[in-house]
Amino acid sequence: MNKLSRRNFMKLSAGGAAMAATGTLLGTTAPAWAADSSYKPMFPIEKGAKLRLLRWSQFVSGDKKLWEQNSKAFTKATGVPVEIQWITWTDVQAKSALAAQLGSGPDMIMGWYDDPFIYPHKLVDVSDLAEHLGKKYGGWYHVARSYGYSDDEKRWIAVPVGASGAAMTYRQSWMQEAGFDSFPNDFDGFLKFSRKLKKNNHPLGLALGHAVGDANTWTYWVLWGFGGKPVNEDNHVVINSKQTREALKYAKALHETMSPGVSSWLDGNNNRAFLSGKVGCTMNGISIWYVAQNQFPKIADDVRTAANPIGPVGHPTTFNLFTQAFIFKYSQFPNAAKEYLRFMLEKPHAEPWVNAMKGYVTPALQGYADFPIWTSNPNVTPYRDVLKGTHFDGWAGSPGKKAANALNDFIIVDMFADVCIKGHSPADAAKTAERRLKAIYD
Amino acid sequence: MAVSVPVGQSESLRARLARALDNAQVLGPLLAAPATAILLALLAYPLFLGIWLSLTDASLGSTAHFIGLKNYVHLFQDPVFLGAAGYSLLYTFGAELFKMSIGLALALLLNRQFRGYRVARAVMLLPWVAPTVLSALAWLWLLDPQFSAISWLLERMGLIHSYIDFLGNPWPARVSLIMVNIWRGIPYFAIGYLAGLQAIPKELLEAAAIDGAGAWKSFVRIIWPLLIPITTILVSFSSIWTITDFQLIWTMTRGGPDNATQVFTTLAYQRAINGGSLGQGAAVAICVIPVMLVLSYFALRSIRETR
Repeated sequence: MNKLSRRNFMKLSAGGAAMAATGTLLGTTAPAWAADSSYKPMFPIEKGAKLRLLRWSQFVSGDKKLWEQNSKAFTKATGVPVEIQWITWTDVQAKSALAAQLGSGPDMIMGWYDDPFIYPHKLVDVSDLAEHLGKKYGGWYHVARSYGYSDDEKRWIAVPVGASGAAMTYRQSWMQEAGFDSFPNDFDGFLKFSRKLKKNNHPLGLALGHAVGDANTWTYWVLWGFGGKPVNEDNHVVINSKQTREALKYAKALHETMSPGVSSWLDGNNNRAFLSGKVGCTMNGISIWYVAQNQFPKIADDVRTAANPIGPVGHPTTFNLFTQAFIFKYSQFPNAAKEYLRFMLEKPHAEPWVNAMKGYVTPALQGYADFPIWTSNPNVTPYRDVLKGTHFDGWAGSPGKKAANALNDFIIVDMFADVCIKGHSPADAAKTAERRLKAIYD
Repeated sequence: MAVSVPVGQSESLRARLARALDNAQVLGPLLAAPATAILLALLAYPLFLGIWLSLTDASLGSTAHFIGLKNYVHLFQDPVFLGAAGYSLLYTFGAELFKMSIGLALALLLNRQFRGYRVARAVMLLPWVAPTVLSALAWLWLLDPQFSAISWLLERMGLIHSYIDFLGNPWPARVSLIMVNIWRGIPYFAIGYLAGLQAIPKELLEAAAIDGAGAWKSFVRIIWPLLIPITTILVSFSSIWTITDFQLIWTMTRGGPDNATQVFTTLAYQRAINGGSLGQGAAVAICVIPVMLVLSYFALRSIRETR
């Protein structure tokens, strides 16, 4: 039996401290897929490769553990160490912008929305990887393709990972108290429901401050639900339409039923307000229910989720917070990076990761809709389908810098705020948004 | 073989160098050269790069093309920019006025020696020394529409019936952010004024008291005139910091709701970093320069006059 001498103990401690100091430099643990002799790298990994990944911090506790475990399995299988830097999700954009501008930084970044379309020519062509995964796992959702394939570059510039899906989270007892047996599935029913909630002092809460995720999510959902859109297929600004004005009228009525203060809400406010019982319904990822189960057992059984109601257009129009991974051309190890992303997104590793998050990230591959996790609990199921038939932010135009600028400038959120907070008429608000969009698109 | 150096030539060179170094017009610039080089590298270069970028269509990771004043023309037609410019000025001047008044009052109080005055002076500095992001987060909680401690207290006291929506409407949000900035900046003024007050010769105030001047008259005729130079310095520097404030607003509102609290810095960041339009972001940032130049002029002039 080996004895642990003081010298060895010091060595181990120093090694541990060094690993802690460098973030998460992953060593070796028991692999999942790696143990299977069928594993063969698809890309010729560069000799001496080591990778740095920058990604958003976990929203639910199972994410980090599984992601690191899978990364360790990758290291075990390929000998390529992976250092992961976890940062707050809203900070990823600035870091990746810096990396693109300076030409140095992490090899790979897991970013949000259409970030890669701001600097597409700085990114490694991942067409082979995207096409491989798409073919193998039932194809990409249409919306996922919009976040990975560049029409300008005529290639895949990012590998779609999935969406922090948006669905309704509500309290079952308060829904019944409002006289509803099931969650409304259309806009009219939803407005009636939220009016009842307000009357019973359990109002609706949807963020209308400059909340990158939550405010964009519900405003685009309403806009698209009425058939409104910022631009048409030719990238001409068409926001000033009858459909947009109808959407704004509806939003105004909905806003009147909401909890006071939603106008200043940033991302995170709705989670706190819901869990503390200040609001009876909100639109969010599965994280509220996830946290309720772990930390708020008294209300956990009463928390329910439901698919977002459908607007007059007659099909789902959910807008999701979408994440994708991209590799910078300055990376010395692009093949290792592609192999890492493949390894992480192939079913043997993607499934346990999604399971650990209880479906917090809805994968961008349609074949993953049959993971048993989606039917393991009725509260998980609505998140399975959030990517079906919906759009990216610049729809119906093409993904690119202009769409990214419009989203980052909160033009749609501000248009709704003009009506709901400032009391502008829908016509005036649509005109203001039209002017701002034209300044970007024309 | 040794190389012989003409002695006369060497001496002549040394003598010329010594003469040159005796000349203040040579020695001065020579001694200032290292500092000048650092200033040029760290301040002038980024400044001129910013000005250049503002005249281009630069975007993240792309080659910049000169487009003249197009970015500025676009900005001056952009209601979001005009709103941001307006609120930047209101934020700065509104906050400065109150910071100066309250800071002066606090300094007058702390200038007296009472029991625990040293502790009071130290405590007063806390808002100034606390990291801005931390204090912004604390204020975010205090002004939260659902969990505000201020609203809770007022409701308990029976003064309000529902929680105040401090940050949810344009004007309350603007005023709230100015208040937080005032809270944070008061110690700077108070400590500056305290130093100014302690530099006033006691004999002057004693002579005034003997001549029958009351506290108010002493303040108006003696204290305030002597504090004017330091006031100019304090206001100028504080204004420069306030108009370039970013962390507080970005942490609390991100320029919302509906761009009501957008200022130059937040809009520049939003356009350049989040949106990737470096040229337009730079143009927004460059628009602060005229205001800064005016403030710097007053600051430098008052420093010279103080000497």
